[in-house]
Amino acid sequence: MDIQETRVAEATAGAHGAPEQDEGKSRRDFIFVATGAVAAVGAAMTVWPFIDQMNPAADTKALSTTEVDLSALQEGQQIVVTWQGKPVFVRRRTPSEIAAAQRDDFAQLKDPETDMARLVQANGEAGKPETLILQAACTHLGCIPTFAEGAYGGWLCACHGSQYDTSGRIRRGPAPKNLLIAPYVYLTDTSIRIG
Amino acid sequence: MSGPSTYVPQTGFTRWLDARLPIVRLAHDSFVAYPTPRNLNYWYTFGAILSMMLVVQIITGVVLAMHYVASTGVHTGGYSSIAFASVQRIDRDVPYGWLIQNIHSVGASMFFIAVYVHMFRGLYYGSYKAPREVLWILGCLIYLLMVATAFLGYTLPWGQMSFWGATVITNLLGAVPVVGESIKNWLMGGFSIDNPTLNRFFSLHYLLPFVIAGVTVLHVWALHVTGQNNPAGVPVKSAEDTVPFTPYATMKDAFAVVLFMLMFAAFVFFLPDALGHTDNYIPANPLVTPAHIVPEWYLLPFYAILRAIDFNVGPIDSKLGGVILMFAAIAVLFVLPWLDTSSVRSMRYRPIARICFVIFVVVSIALGWAGAQNPSLVLNPVEYRADLNWAQGGALRVAEVQVSDPGQMDAAIEASTKELTDAGASYTYVARESGTRATVSGLVGGEMQTQTVSAHSTDELEEAVATAKQGVGAPIVEVARHTPFEFTVTRLAQLLTAYYFAFFLIILPLLGLRETPGRVPDTIAKAVLSRQPKTAGAEA
Repeated sequence: MDIQETRVAEATAGAHGAPEQDEGKSRRDFIFVATGAVAAVGAAMTVWPFIDQMNPAADTKALSTTEVDLSALQEGQQIVVTWQGKPVFVRRRTPSEIAAAQRDDFAQLKDPETDMARLVQANGEAGKPETLILQAACTHLGCIPTFAEGAYGGWLCACHGSQYDTSGRIRRGPAPKNLLIAPYVYLTDTSIRIG
Repeated sequence: MSGPSTYVPQTGFTRWLDARLPIVRLAHDSFVAYPTPRNLNYWYTFGAILSMMLVVQIITGVVLAMHYVASTGVHTGGYSSIAFASVQRIDRDVPYGWLIQNIHSVGASMFFIAVYVHMFRGLYYGSYKAPREVLWILGCLIYLLMVATAFLGYTLPWGQMSFWGATVITNLLGAVPVVGESIKNWLMGGFSIDNPTLNRFFSLHYLLPFVIAGVTVLHVWALHVTGQNNPAGVPVKSAEDTVPFTPYATMKDAFAVVLFMLMFAAFVFFLPDALGHTDNYIPANPLVTPAHIVPEWYLLPFYAILRAIDFNVGPIDSKLGGVILMFAAIAVLFVLPWLDTSSVRSMRYRPIARICFVIFVVVSIALGWAGAQNPSLVLNPVEYRADLNWAQGGALRVAEVQVSDPGQMDAAIEASTKELTDAGASYTYVARESGTRATVSGLVGGEMQTQTVSAHSTDELEEAVATAKQGVGAPIVEVARHTPFEFTVTRLAQLLTAYYFAFFLIILPLLGLRETPGRVPDTIAKAVLSRQPKTAGAEA
């Protein structure tokens, strides 16, 4: 039976009896549900690539580690390296900065954390107190703080006035958290890998 | 409102076209024969000004896109990006590029001046009330799209303000619990604002104006279905209450557009950078933040609301709270038709609401001012005081405290202090050297002395304290600093934010139920212009 004949048959059946009409209806229902299901799944599968394309691309992700040579870093000196396109402070702290950071371990802190705990490497081993590796973005809205300003001897964010101590802990101002530690491990005594 | 079409095609061609695509009929009914209320004032011309601004921004934008290059280039030491350089090239080398670039950047500010006047006008004359709710919501949607487009466009020159503005705003999304960080990276296309971000921002900045144009068509459609509101807020009663759109409204709109253009031109030719920031002439540098990041002037009120929240509310920290409130400030506009309970449209006849409206306008402007200031700026005159306590004479005893476990530190210090007190010390002082080491000093005998110093700023106070300490020369000086009441910009912004929300959520809902409206004159309430109102109404 070709299409023309089917239509004629359906029309005739519809005119004469209910059972045949129901049969035609259930076939349309089936086509409707089947088309709808395929369209819904198809739409979802089409939409996902268009959403996911905005995520970080492979070449961007490939920049996710940075190696830093610490041998030339003098006491009291700070270098800024980029990791994932963001600045990271690598600071060789002076003994007085270390002492100040440890002294305040149990002071009134907004985000309590000891200096020792902040130095732990990404693999869980203890870090060295003289080398502090911080993500440079203020935890408020991402500005870059400057060193040796503010009342706590550490960093000051000029944007909205957050003050950090020599361990990078938030002491005063709107920032909710301490400066984040960049995940790092010592490759040798004088070099680290961030990320 | 428009009634049956009055268009009669005059030529053979227009008759032929009218039977196939009645586009001339549509234009005639919408912009020629369309009846407008007689009593519209000049505040009602800003719709036409906004349409003109949208066309100006699209035309100049399309031209600029022919010369602009959306690329940060490769960071090699310096940070002179290709995008920044291409905007400079447009300004310096492209024929008339300086003019077109100025029109586009100044045009953004002009667009917002016009939209704010348009919105305040709608608020004052009750243009959001039934039956114009959908018209108002479409307008709010256009405003939201304008904000998004302006933000995206501001990043394109890739100056310091572009870069750091984009950083601060995308960081707002990081405040969303759990998924915030993923959404942020998804939006930026990386782990920081970089080339992928600039490219997608350019793409979206090009797209959104056309979305605005589309929603504008719906906005005008909704306007032509319900008809225009008018300063009296009383619906037109008869055909005599209206005049045809052309020539009356067209001419009045054209005149207002020309006046607006004069102001626009004054900025373009004489003050092109007056509404921008000098920092945006410094190429973007991801390693250095400008001292003072602020958005463009038209977003300052919302920035002030964002920063006003400096306290945590339960599980919502200050950062998330600010973000929620900032978006709520725009969201509240969408539901305004259902917040205002008054059945009187125009605030001309609402004496109390009128005063509240004027305060609201002042508050909005003050929020803009607060958004541009340093949030910790103290507005009231304050005196900072500190008391210095020290001992005269007597003997000093020092005890060293050292423990292996930092947890025992407090107990050890307490024991050591008690020991000194028991030995007759009248005053003790603890100096912690690290988590496990401290020195406890105690004074036996002697006499306590006090000196007060004061200054007008905290920095001056610290200097005065240091000087006073040297003058005293005693081994132990305890400094007790008094915190005076400081009315900072943040406190001001909190008060203003409270009024902003109270106006929509408390004043308008409650006032509508309580207020006695002023009397509407008969000349407005009744169709006095029409001799036979019923017949005239039927004719229209």
